[in-house]
Amino acid sequence: MTTLTIENLSTQFFSDAGIAKAVDGVSLSVGRGEILGLVGESGSGKSITGFSILGLVDPPGRITDGRILFQGEDLVGRSEREMRAIRGKKIAMIFQDPMMTLNPVLSIETQMVETVRAHDKVDKAEARRRAIEALGLVGIPSPEERLAAYPHQFSGGMRQRVAIAIALLHRPDLIIADEPTTALDVTIQSQILFEIQKLSQSFGMSLIWISHDLGVVAGLADKIAVMYAGRIVESGSVDTVLDNPVHPYTIGLMRSVPANLERGEPLATIPGMAPSPVNRPSGCPFRLRCFAATEICASEPAETIAGDHAWRCFHPQAEAAP
Amino acid sequence: MTVFIIRRILQSLGVLLATSVIVFLGVYAIGNPIDILIPSDATQAERQAAIVALGLDRSLPEQYWMFLSNALQGDFGRSFVFNQPAIGLIFARLPATLELAFLALAIALVLGIPLGLIAGLKPRSITDETIMTGSILGFSLPNFWQGMMLIMIFSVGLGWLPASGRGDTGQILGITTSLATWDGVTHLILPAVNLALFQLALVIRLTRTGVRETMPLDFIKFARAKGLSERRIVLVHVLKNIMIPVVTVVGMEFGSVIAFAVVTETIFAWPGIGKLLIDSIMVLDRPVVVSYLLVVVAMFILINLLVDIVYSLLDPRIRLRDAQ
Repeated sequence: MTTLTIENLSTQFFSDAGIAKAVDGVSLSVGRGEILGLVGESGSGKSITGFSILGLVDPPGRITDGRILFQGEDLVGRSEREMRAIRGKKIAMIFQDPMMTLNPVLSIETQMVETVRAHDKVDKAEARRRAIEALGLVGIPSPEERLAAYPHQFSGGMRQRVAIAIALLHRPDLIIADEPTTALDVTIQSQILFEIQKLSQSFGMSLIWISHDLGVVAGLADKIAVMYAGRIVESGSVDTVLDNPVHPYTIGLMRSVPANLERGEPLATIPGMAPSPVNRPSGCPFRLRCFAATEICASEPAETIAGDHAWRCFHPQAEAAP
Repeated sequence: MTVFIIRRILQSLGVLLATSVIVFLGVYAIGNPIDILIPSDATQAERQAAIVALGLDRSLPEQYWMFLSNALQGDFGRSFVFNQPAIGLIFARLPATLELAFLALAIALVLGIPLGLIAGLKPRSITDETIMTGSILGFSLPNFWQGMMLIMIFSVGLGWLPASGRGDTGQILGITTSLATWDGVTHLILPAVNLALFQLALVIRLTRTGVRETMPLDFIKFARAKGLSERRIVLVHVLKNIMIPVVTVVGMEFGSVIAFAVVTETIFAWPGIGKLLIDSIMVLDRPVVVSYLLVVVAMFILINLLVDIVYSLLDPRIRLRDAQ
């Protein structure tokens, strides 16, 4: 059984400016122990997809359609109380900016012990023991002493490790990691990536890795889903999608990864800007920026599935792989 | 921390010295107390005797030096009117004022923080609008007018509470207080509420703003993602963050509560230092005025120091260093 299956999820924000379709009919699945890379540029709806899973979309936003099946049970429409029992226990989340995710005025101990005790009725000593164990797991030296420290006494990388330790406290079945390495130095980034991969393997945890960085996802994920304007435009196993991308947007993203280029070669960019979520073009949302677009793109492209590879495009670029 | 506190105490002595000069000069400039103290039909000889007895025949620097050297020995002069040590008069009446001020502060915090939280958590709801409109009244209606309205409504109109005086006092843990007797409590309610209204409005606004600023932050969302209850998020994660501005402003404001007590004590005939000050200014009782001002300045300094210490307890990022 898959850990998570999302079917046709739509999350919309209702404001005076109109209805913003942040997530617009997304379907994806993550198997047990599997790592899914959810890739897209800023505003493509990948973070909102993550928050939708946990039921943490802030008003005026809400899930308007679709199902989120977690271990076979739908999470959409669950009560706040039921969702709270799942958050942090079964599904944990790690955020982008480690400087902002820990409460600055509470000690690491307080923030970890409260997480343990939110779900398990254990005494403080046992909660502390688990906190120390989790800090040790993520490679924080002398965890017992560091427990009394406050977030400002840690570096960015160490704070992100603490956040990961908090996410690991209950050995969740799924971790949603929202660009957890974006704000870190490259060396720290690769250390954290290595730790996460190791931990998710040893605990059999599934992972949704939200990122705008194809390079990071290529080295980490089993599967990849490319999001554009609230939709998944291409998905499949990492090898299939990266070796043989067919959607012009995926190709554009790959061309703009500096590591894929020869020295001196100009960095390719995708012309134009992502459309506003309030006022999206009809049909394929990428057509206004697409090099292959024709008149037919003004109508809705259906999903094409070939083996483990799926895309939504009228003009798949089978031969255009860079 | 210890170094910090010692340094602050030394600085405070300098501030006190400077204040004493300013206060002494200011009071000296107001007028000649002899004109008020001596009956108009007194002879020139009687008049001269009084001037010499009060030390008013000497030059200003001489008078100040006398005052200062006596003050260092704990003698702040004798009241011209009561012929008692001025500082003794102040300390005899200080408990009544402190009682009023602390109760007012307690009312402001106990009501203000919950109301501010409610308003901040449900912005633009009817509850929020009602609370915020109420707080505007607390801010903008003059304090003395609020006091008179309280007397009009609760004493004159409804006849529930006495309008003036302190009532009976009793002893709790060796402290003489109105809270020990029912009569004392009924006398305390109206002046305390009057003094609290402005602070209450301030605490509500500070708390509401703090909630509105803290709720959208990432660490609140992370706390939710950890599966914490909304109660714990608000009462621990949000509240501890917003206590920092609340403590700052309320700490500073506590000084003005004591200063504002002058108005409230006058309206409700509360026998505190505020009323003593007004009475003493009327008759130019210099030693009492100077002593009062020095006591108030000393209290301000003490409150500031306490606020700084509470800061470091609330926010671990603030370390009390002995900065240069």
